[in-house]
Amino acid sequence: MKAGSHLETILEKGLFAVTGELGPPKGNNLEVIKKKVDLLRGYVDAVNVTDNQTAIVRMSSIAASSHLVRMGLEPVMQMVTRDRNRIAIQSDIFGATSLGIKNMLCLTGDHHTFGNQVDAKNVHDLDSVQLIDCVRTLRDKGTLLGGEEKIDGEIKLFIGAAENPFGDPFEFRAIRLGKKVAAGVNFIQTQCIYDMNRFKEWMKMVRDRGLHEKVHILAGVTPLKSGGMARYMAKNVSGIIIPDEIIDRIVKAPKPAEEGIKFCVEQIQELKEIEGVHGVHIMAIEWEQMISRITEMAGLLPRPNVD
Amino acid sequence: MIKAELKPIDEILTCLDPYNKILLVGCGACVTVCHAGGEKEVGLLASGLRMARKKMGKMIEVEEATTARQCEPEFAMEVTGTVEKVEAVLSIACGVGVQTLARHFSKTPILPGVNTTFIGETTAHGVWEERCQACGNCILEKTGGICPVARCAKQLFNGPCGGSSKGKCEIKRETDCAWQLIYDRLKALGQLYRLEEIIPAKRWGVESRDSGPRRIVREDLKV
Repeated sequence: MKAGSHLETILEKGLFAVTGELGPPKGNNLEVIKKKVDLLRGYVDAVNVTDNQTAIVRMSSIAASSHLVRMGLEPVMQMVTRDRNRIAIQSDIFGATSLGIKNMLCLTGDHHTFGNQVDAKNVHDLDSVQLIDCVRTLRDKGTLLGGEEKIDGEIKLFIGAAENPFGDPFEFRAIRLGKKVAAGVNFIQTQCIYDMNRFKEWMKMVRDRGLHEKVHILAGVTPLKSGGMARYMAKNVSGIIIPDEIIDRIVKAPKPAEEGIKFCVEQIQELKEIEGVHGVHIMAIEWEQMISRITEMAGLLPRPNVD
Repeated sequence: MIKAELKPIDEILTCLDPYNKILLVGCGACVTVCHAGGEKEVGLLASGLRMARKKMGKMIEVEEATTARQCEPEFAMEVTGTVEKVEAVLSIACGVGVQTLARHFSKTPILPGVNTTFIGETTAHGVWEERCQACGNCILEKTGGICPVARCAKQLFNGPCGGSSKGKCEIKRETDCAWQLIYDRLKALGQLYRLEEIIPAKRWGVESRDSGPRRIVREDLKV
């Protein structure tokens, strides 16, 4: 065990993991976190706490993750390289682990021009692969990046990262995952899957490289709330592919939100059967109240008690 | 080469407001090539400034000159005689040219007339694109001759982010994804194996501008 987190224990025992997502408030309103925690607790094994996602300023992922620890819901602290250089990154990791955070997701982050601080200077001192290597160095060597200086204390983190099978160049995506594995990643969460054929094709490339035996892959899903949302995402979000027949299915359904949930559940059931998929990452964005239903309908409850 | 764009005329006029006699000086090198600050642009801008100030009822006298390479003192100094006769100098060379003049003419305000934008390539007539960030340690041999530092919006060293779609960058749909270009090029060269190599964290703080302003000293060339 690298960090002894709940999520790591589930995955190491070969159980099918379920993670959720929690976006911190656009301010310091702790009630937002409490409400979301209540909607997620008991239905997922751990929850990603986003780090200023889409470059919108929010409560820091470290502080929000620390609140989750206190509230008894295990966080996966996201960290993006967009806003921090390696001094801040390593310092924040010291702080985060001191607050009881045991899982960390290494990301580059959405470009700042998508957010509400478009005049910002972006950092990108490290990229996500280099960040993984940095965290592994802190944890396994006990030294700072690029040096022999010993850390005072022990860094125990279960290291995660993202991969997007729907980004291009498609053939590069499994190679890139291989780099993350070589850099020391322990688990991967994918971008939301709608194009199951392409996901399966990617998983085949992953298996051909033997990567599924070296890293836990959690397949990402996001329930579609409406036909409008499906159309919008398909058209405007780079790196997301929603096949026309799925958009049609949601658009034509008498109750699109119900259909979205049903489709999400079907996807989870299909994903469970794919060799190398060790869990699902359910991103019910601002729709956290649906997590209980989705997990129940998909037969993912009760969540195992392994601690 | 260095690329630049003329500043908005109103901004230039605001800068020139306190002055009635100026020297407008262009440069015969990079900014001539990108049609921002060469002899032709000096002529056009000088006429524009005279007309605008006349309209404002506040005539301005504009001397015109274009140095061969404003970033080199021996050429920059050619305008010394005129500089001494004017209240201010408006330079439409790149930021280097402006600073060369400022270093040599301590008593005269030197004002910038262009925004220096990037080191780039001409990709079509009237189109220039950024190609180099002068980051101080070239890795083009690893990336098929395409620079991710200059051409990836996130300066990623180990492959594309999730926003690469159909060859384009999610930031600007008219921008090619650098990593798609790198992939295509390495594939054509039969060098896809290069993509497997992890490029370690760059030493920004030692080799790039983050180390402070850089300086090259060639002992063999010093006199």
